[in-house]
Amino acid sequence: MSIPLTPLSCAAALALALLLPQPAAAETILVSNEKDNSITVIDGASLQVMRTVPVGQRPRGIALSRDGKQLYICVGDDDRLDVLDLETWRVTRHLPSGSDPELLAVHPDGRRIFVANEDDNLVTVVDAQQGAVITEIPVGVEPEGMGMSPDGRLLVNTSETTNMAHVIDTETHDVIANVLVGARPRAAVWQKDGARVWVSSEIGGTVSVIEAGRWEVTGTIEFRIPGVPREAVQPVGMVFSTDGTRVFVALGPANRVAVVDARTLQVQRYLLVGQRVWNLALSPDGQRVYSTNGVSNDLSVIDVEQERVVRSIPVGRLPWGVVVRP
Amino acid sequence: MLSRRQAFSAAALLAWACFAAPDSAAGQTRAGGAVLRIGYLGLLPDRRMPNTFLDPPPQDEGVQGARLGIADNATTGRFTGQEFVLEERLLRDAEAVEPAFRELLAEGIRFVLADLPAPLLLQMADLPEAREVMLLNLGAPEDALRNESCRRNLLHLLPSRGMLADALAQFLASKRWRNLMLAVGPQPGDQLYAEAIRRAARKFGLRIVADKPWTYNPGARRTDTGHLSIAAEAARFTQGAPAYDILVVADEAGDWGDDLAYRTSDPRPVAGTQGMVSTSWARPHEQWGATQLQRRFRARAGRWMLPRDYAAWLGTRALGEAATRARSTDPEAVARQLRDPGFEIAGFKGVPLSFRDWDGQLRQPVLLADARSLVSVSPQPGFQHQFSELDTLGTDRPESRCQFR
Repeated sequence: MSIPLTPLSCAAALALALLLPQPAAAETILVSNEKDNSITVIDGASLQVMRTVPVGQRPRGIALSRDGKQLYICVGDDDRLDVLDLETWRVTRHLPSGSDPELLAVHPDGRRIFVANEDDNLVTVVDAQQGAVITEIPVGVEPEGMGMSPDGRLLVNTSETTNMAHVIDTETHDVIANVLVGARPRAAVWQKDGARVWVSSEIGGTVSVIEAGRWEVTGTIEFRIPGVPREAVQPVGMVFSTDGTRVFVALGPANRVAVVDARTLQVQRYLLVGQRVWNLALSPDGQRVYSTNGVSNDLSVIDVEQERVVRSIPVGRLPWGVVVRP
Repeated sequence: MLSRRQAFSAAALLAWACFAAPDSAAGQTRAGGAVLRIGYLGLLPDRRMPNTFLDPPPQDEGVQGARLGIADNATTGRFTGQEFVLEERLLRDAEAVEPAFRELLAEGIRFVLADLPAPLLLQMADLPEAREVMLLNLGAPEDALRNESCRRNLLHLLPSRGMLADALAQFLASKRWRNLMLAVGPQPGDQLYAEAIRRAARKFGLRIVADKPWTYNPGARRTDTGHLSIAAEAARFTQGAPAYDILVVADEAGDWGDDLAYRTSDPRPVAGTQGMVSTSWARPHEQWGATQLQRRFRARAGRWMLPRDYAAWLGTRALGEAATRARSTDPEAVARQLRDPGFEIAGFKGVPLSFRDWDGQLRQPVLLADARSLVSVSPQPGFQHQFSELDTLGTDRPESRCQFR
């Protein structure tokens, strides 16, 4: 049977085509809204907000479970982790986290979650299956960044007031090295090859590149943006391009994301995004970087190939963390 | 070419990486690590009848901030093999200050956090044995201490009155609230605060259309119907004033400044030492991670952090940070680090804080806040400076009258 090409059926077909997710971006973007106690869920194909899910108080750090079916959420003012089921969109479980959880890292074994307790100078290790605390590891003042090495052997935690990156053995839970970095370190991100870990310093205005094993800073990146006071340059979130050649660095109230050559450590470009940009996430296909902009309450969409900001999506108040579910 | 800042960080990190045994110059701890001993010298304010019982003035303002700073330093010290000890001398009698100071120095202490009135502070700084000592000023906002009375061995952690006045004036200029009425209390501090407001008005193009001393002593305000007499007095005080945009009060002790808002003849906002205050720290401040410091402080002290606590915390943290970066608790190395132009500390105000080399004042943003909200933070956008926008507050290098001796 053939379908006659009427204007109506054309419109219907067009509408259908627009509604169908493009396979290249059939992803879901999840954003924590610190002041709204909610998670905004965005469809990666249409870049439309699909739903806003209420969660516990002051959600900041978020991470996917290993199987991608659940989202672990640090709800700092409730002193726990919420587990959000990504099928039913309901918080199905709470996990203990220690006091004031801010950021977390899921071990490749899928079982252990490492949580930074911002007001307790601790990293708490949680068993996600048992729902129990395994141990607590003393670190510096205001622990924040949590960078799990690709092989899961090491965790790098930053402490914002101590100004250090603490290297933790994930088996023995010992702190094996402490590396002094610039003031108020935030994120710790590993290269895929595990050779170096990058640490951003919000008040220092720099990114320190630390060589694994030697635990020394072997490179420091500074950012100079014409017309922007040095004090406004506050590096926080970082993400590598899929091929590892470029690093995107969120620069806080400078309202820009820097594109850095991972080999030469030179800044190639500054991309203007929303206000006070903090955290970044890469889409699974490597085509986009998403940024949470805490003051303008939106999410910027960066085209990685063109190094261009292509869209801004309003989300909740004080958007903080962002992850992408394939 | 490496900038000085880069070179400094590189050098500090290199030194760190070598991870030699902690130096032994400043004494050994039980664990064998290095110790930095910090003195705290505080003259407690007289107990007086407070203007309100809502916020009774605590007897531990300042020292609680130092104690928190020591705890923060200790956490870092666990990883660096450095220990920090606070030697507290809290005194009620001004006569006891000098002996207590000498006692601290005799114990080998080279850094003293000082919460003293300006004359006493200078008296300590000028003692012959204080030459190699660094005093960290927590309580004296006098602009003279940053100018004609400056001393090489003084660092100022709290903002000067000039900085507070400039912060307010910048805000008023950016709001275009250019006409001020000034109400000045009888205390010497009030007079100096008013003088700072007058200078700031000239600097930022504001007009003081009325400048009046507040002489009424509202002692009977708490009696029944006391509110009527204070309201009548405030109305009389402001009646017939030339058109003004805002009433600026100079009442550092908080004796009467809170009694003017809503009682003026014309409906005008109040700012200065009451109303919207210009301050280094305020309860509503929660930006740039300040929530963490507020919480940490409240958990420890059982009350809110006050400006003097913040200054003491900053001073202690600056010493801790200098010891960490210098990889040494040797007083000379720590002092060198504090004086290094590249030395910066984080103070929960979104920008790095550093010491001005021409007068020892800590550069810092100033908050404008009322009891329950943060209104603004100065420097205001648009007030630019060739070196640091923070230097638009207070005495800048070109106009400084400080000649260290």
